[in-house]
Amino acid sequence: MRVINTEELIPVIKELVKKACTDLDENLMNALKQSTAIEESDLGREVLETLIENADAARENQMACCQDTGIAVIYLDIGQEVSWDGPSLTDMVNEGVREGYREGYLRNSVVGDPILRENTKDNTPAVIHMKIVEGSEVKITVMPKGAGSENMGRASVLKPADGVEGIIGYVLETVENAGGKSCPPLIVGVGIGGTMEKSTLLAKEALKRPIGDRSPTPHIAELEEKLLTKINDLGIGPIGIGGSVTALDVHIETYPCHIASLPIAVNLQCHANRHASKTI
Amino acid sequence: MKINLPFTKEEVMKLRIGDVLELSGEMYTARDAAHKRFIETLEKGKALPIDLKDATIFYAGPCPPKPGEVIGPIGPTTSTRMDPYVEPLIKQGLIAMIGKGERQDYIADLCKKHKVVYLLGIGGAATLYAQNIQSVEEIAYEDLGTESVKRLRVEGLKVIVGIDTQGNVLHKEGKEKFKR
Repeated sequence: MRVINTEELIPVIKELVKKACTDLDENLMNALKQSTAIEESDLGREVLETLIENADAARENQMACCQDTGIAVIYLDIGQEVSWDGPSLTDMVNEGVREGYREGYLRNSVVGDPILRENTKDNTPAVIHMKIVEGSEVKITVMPKGAGSENMGRASVLKPADGVEGIIGYVLETVENAGGKSCPPLIVGVGIGGTMEKSTLLAKEALKRPIGDRSPTPHIAELEEKLLTKINDLGIGPIGIGGSVTALDVHIETYPCHIASLPIAVNLQCHANRHASKTI
Repeated sequence: MKINLPFTKEEVMKLRIGDVLELSGEMYTARDAAHKRFIETLEKGKALPIDLKDATIFYAGPCPPKPGEVIGPIGPTTSTRMDPYVEPLIKQGLIAMIGKGERQDYIADLCKKHKVVYLLGIGGAATLYAQNIQSVEEIAYEDLGTESVKRLRVEGLKVIVGIDTQGNVLHKEGKEKFKR
């Protein structure tokens, strides 16, 4: 058994929050650079080059790459041999977020009540997803999620008869409706199966996968590639001004589901694809 | 194309979708909450806190500045949320709006009717845009924090014409051109 003091999470989360906003990862930067070579629109290419220049400036100056530094989505994959002492785990995660948004000069974009809408002024609380896994380590992933992309996500429960064509149609409709509002080129996360809420969790978890990563299940990997081609055929382009690069990748996560259901969720990620992880 | 703000009607009428502009001069920031207050003020028959004659509004809410810096990262927010507030502000003199994303169809009609333009900021280029801001002045609704109305003095702020005074919409034409 391993005992961890919850306060240890504060500096880890604080640094991950700042890093996610200022240092876009190599996997994304390579994907953006490759996309400039294939983008057919001159203006689209100019936009992609500006985004790359922006990411470099953000890293160099340790400034947020985008003003929407999002609501903090935090994943904790906790080894089942871990036991915690210290103050409330949730409180310590939020303290890490609070300090990160303050030290990083990030934007406070969270309201305490969705109807009354008063800013909480410290970007807490975070949205926290905890999972128990095997082992004695804790993997922490921080994904600051902006509203531009988040607002255009969708979920539904299809009929089994809708099948693959129904799934493809649903995803394409979602991306087309989003247009430029989610800041393409996108990373598209799709969750299929489970139950209503499980499918939405899967769709967001799909966004943790690196660009270029294919599902280990052959027919799902095939569907990921088919969707990527069809999404790019929509012609939406960088920031929606028209072009051949609308998505950098599509990731699908599935889960067993009821004989009578086909839950589906689409979670869109913008071109910044912000996330940072550490295992303690 | 370098433009010194404020726009004149003649300048605005020459713009075409896809034109890349570098703006210098003054503009105001305002997002959802500020726009709602503008409309409430107008409905009460009172004067707005800013003079909208030939004004450019940037739909933006920046990050806080680091010590010694003028402004934190700043970029366009999704414009369609402000669609319901556009017509009354055009009537007060608004000539240009900077934001991101598609808008509802009636906005193109308003742009054509009133000779007003919608300009696209590059969503996510916020670090670079901060470098184009020379000064920031809080003008109204400070209690809204990032969403307050600010007067920005900008230099070389790059935008793309999204809707021109002929009612052409870049998002529509671009997609049509590259769709397969």
